[in-house]
Amino acid sequence: MTLKNKEELPLGGLIEEAGNAAEYETGGWRTFRPVWDFEKCIQCLTCWIYCPDSCIIVEDEKVKGADLRFCKGCGVCANECPPKIRAITMEEEVKFKK
Amino acid sequence: MASLKELSKKQDLLSPGHRLCAGCGVSIVVRQVMLATENPTVVACATGCLEVATTIFPYTAWRVPFIHNAFENAAATISGVEAMYNALVKKGKIPKDKRIDFIAFGGDGGTYDIGLQSLSGALERGHRFLYVCYNNEAYMNTGIQRSSATPYGAHTTTGPAGDVSFGKKQDRKDLTQIVAAHKIPYAAQASPSHWNDLVTKVKKALNCGGPSFINVIANCNRGWRNDTGKAVEVCRVAVQTCYWPLYEIENGKLKINVKPKEKKPIEEWLKYQGRFSHLKRPENRHVIDEIQQIIDRDWERLLTLEKAHQSQ
Amino acid sequence: MAKRESMTGNQVVAECMRQINPDVVAAYPITPSTEVMQIFAQSVADGLVDTELVTVESEHSAMSACIGASAAGGRVMTATSACGLALMWELLPVASALRLPIVMTVVNRALSAPINIHCDHSDSMGCRDAGWIQLYSENAQEAYHNIIQAAKICNREGVWLPVMVCVDGFIISHSIESVEMLEDDEVQRFVGEFKPRKPLLDVDNPVTYGALDLQDYYMEHKKQVDDAIQSSKSEILKVAEEFKKEFGYEYGLIDSYMMEDAEVAIVALNSTAGTSKYVVNMLRQEGIKAGVLKIRVFRPFPADEIREALKNVKAVAVLDRSSSYGTAGPLFLDIRSAMYEADSKPFITNYIYGLGGRDIGIDELRSIYEGLISSIKEGKPARTYNWIGVREKV
Repeated sequence: MTLKNKEELPLGGLIEEAGNAAEYETGGWRTFRPVWDFEKCIQCLTCWIYCPDSCIIVEDEKVKGADLRFCKGCGVCANECPPKIRAITMEEEVKFKK
Repeated sequence: MASLKELSKKQDLLSPGHRLCAGCGVSIVVRQVMLATENPTVVACATGCLEVATTIFPYTAWRVPFIHNAFENAAATISGVEAMYNALVKKGKIPKDKRIDFIAFGGDGGTYDIGLQSLSGALERGHRFLYVCYNNEAYMNTGIQRSSATPYGAHTTTGPAGDVSFGKKQDRKDLTQIVAAHKIPYAAQASPSHWNDLVTKVKKALNCGGPSFINVIANCNRGWRNDTGKAVEVCRVAVQTCYWPLYEIENGKLKINVKPKEKKPIEEWLKYQGRFSHLKRPENRHVIDEIQQIIDRDWERLLTLEKAHQSQ
Repeated sequence: MAKRESMTGNQVVAECMRQINPDVVAAYPITPSTEVMQIFAQSVADGLVDTELVTVESEHSAMSACIGASAAGGRVMTATSACGLALMWELLPVASALRLPIVMTVVNRALSAPINIHCDHSDSMGCRDAGWIQLYSENAQEAYHNIIQAAKICNREGVWLPVMVCVDGFIISHSIESVEMLEDDEVQRFVGEFKPRKPLLDVDNPVTYGALDLQDYYMEHKKQVDDAIQSSKSEILKVAEEFKKEFGYEYGLIDSYMMEDAEVAIVALNSTAGTSKYVVNMLRQEGIKAGVLKIRVFRPFPADEIREALKNVKAVAVLDRSSSYGTAGPLFLDIRSAMYEADSKPFITNYIYGLGGRDIGIDELRSIYEGLISSIKEGKPARTYNWIGVREKV
């Protein structure tokens, strides 16, 4: 990323693009990733409400998985998935690196 | 009663890409608070993890107008914003029916301690705003120093356990009751583990017509030394052990929102957290008993208070 | 049409605020500025303004609320003194760096300890590096004009900075003076409608104020502040020109009194400049070529203008009503630094005077001028750093 000159910056250190943190991907922090078994998932949205990183993708009231650009792999979603369901497992990130 | 399906239709007002730790309880709290908003909302935030990690220039995770001023003055800052709103409505520069809500966030450092005066002043003046304390029970942003919200027996970097010390020697301050003593229309304690309770409380608070306050327990896995995945679970156990009772004081009337059928022993709460691991040593056994006594005493007091309030 | 009224300095400041009718005022009382808020609060209570008055629990919260209100998008004013200003200190650079056009009257008073409620400039000098424009006022009339101009300067494109208007505690704040007051509508018209920039209350265009800068952006943002305050000189002068055009009163960055042919001069801020002018009148009758250079705008510092004003003077005494302990008076330091680039350098001495409200009289000012004359005669500068009016072993 090229750094801007002072003349190119808004006055007062303001950030004028609300929510532009979404351009900053935190997925690289991850050592485990959540993997959904949609056979088991009951679409209760519990994982979504507890995600600290606003990264569970929900479309039309249905969970589609985690946005891996942002998921830090904390494991809250897997832990909070109802005990009788357990549709999410945390798997080591290295497995996905080929 | 909110439903997750309904809530999930709303855009998160805290975007991803912020740099709070993996498994941070604070962002869970903030997401739930912001999902509960029904009107355009301006947020003020005290210096602390939340502010630092969500607004690293040139990035902001806030999809609402946001101001960070300093550490100890989130309440005073938001009161200025609210005053300007009232002035501009009065002058007709903002239409009367254009309702804007105001929320201030602060950690326990910015709320229980350095920011208490500012909070007290703003509450007494009666500004229409919600103050949310994300209480992780120590100064986490500067490296886990003890605060007046740190519980008895916990290890912190400025109140460490050692050969002759079992950690913090004082009990926690009861900030929710201090706030309630301002006789504001709405004060409550909440936990992100009980999202529905939290969301309901935020809606009530924002619609109470005056100042409101919600003290929310928020785990810090760095400071509490718990597994990141247990962020919500540990907060849930705080409620189940009555370590963190969920209650609200609405127009002076106290109501306990969650009464565990079976109060779990405090060890259930302590066991998740490395900050209490030194209490396993035989010479510190008494501390666990004392913590249990504190919890029991406070819980009984709360039940008594509720009874008194409800019979009024 | 201006009308002449007898008022104390504090009454004038409060009346000026009433005429400006700011959107939000947040303040906490402190002697000697307390009356400003009391009188203004009465205006609010009588419905003479539609200001939201936030009666905070401390000056720290006063400035915090002013910052919140200003970022929200409207005209914001406050007033304070001494320890109150010191308590705000943390937030003063926040206000300037967030580019918030707040106007604050500082009724100058000594800082503790020992506690003292009377005039000196240790309060406003203590925050001269905070990125605020600082205007100093010789008397209540000037304070009135400075506040009106400040309300316009701060809101100018290319400025967007807070302004501090300084006025001497008790000496001016509590003395009754005959002041020419403008009509309400004249003041209103001059200051104009406040133009907000990126207000928080524009909820459809959300902005983040007060983000965290790391090593990659902090200096760019701080340089923006410096650029703005450096270049605000021209806007201050433009506003002064507009003020002159509208009302006939003339203001510059500095005020030269009998300086055209002066050989000896005193440089001073605020009310002491007025007393010095009186002494100059006496000296002139005796044929002594004396003058006074009053600094109206201390930040941004008008180095070029001062150098020009002092270029033909042979000896100068800079009077400081505060000290930067361990070096010398802050005004002196800046003036001597400015004169480093002068073609011919006058002798420059520094007098610390009037701390904690200690009076500086005609005789003392006269002795300072006489000291300057002696140094010229002897061809060598007098002692650089002096305290005047202190009982001490000689």
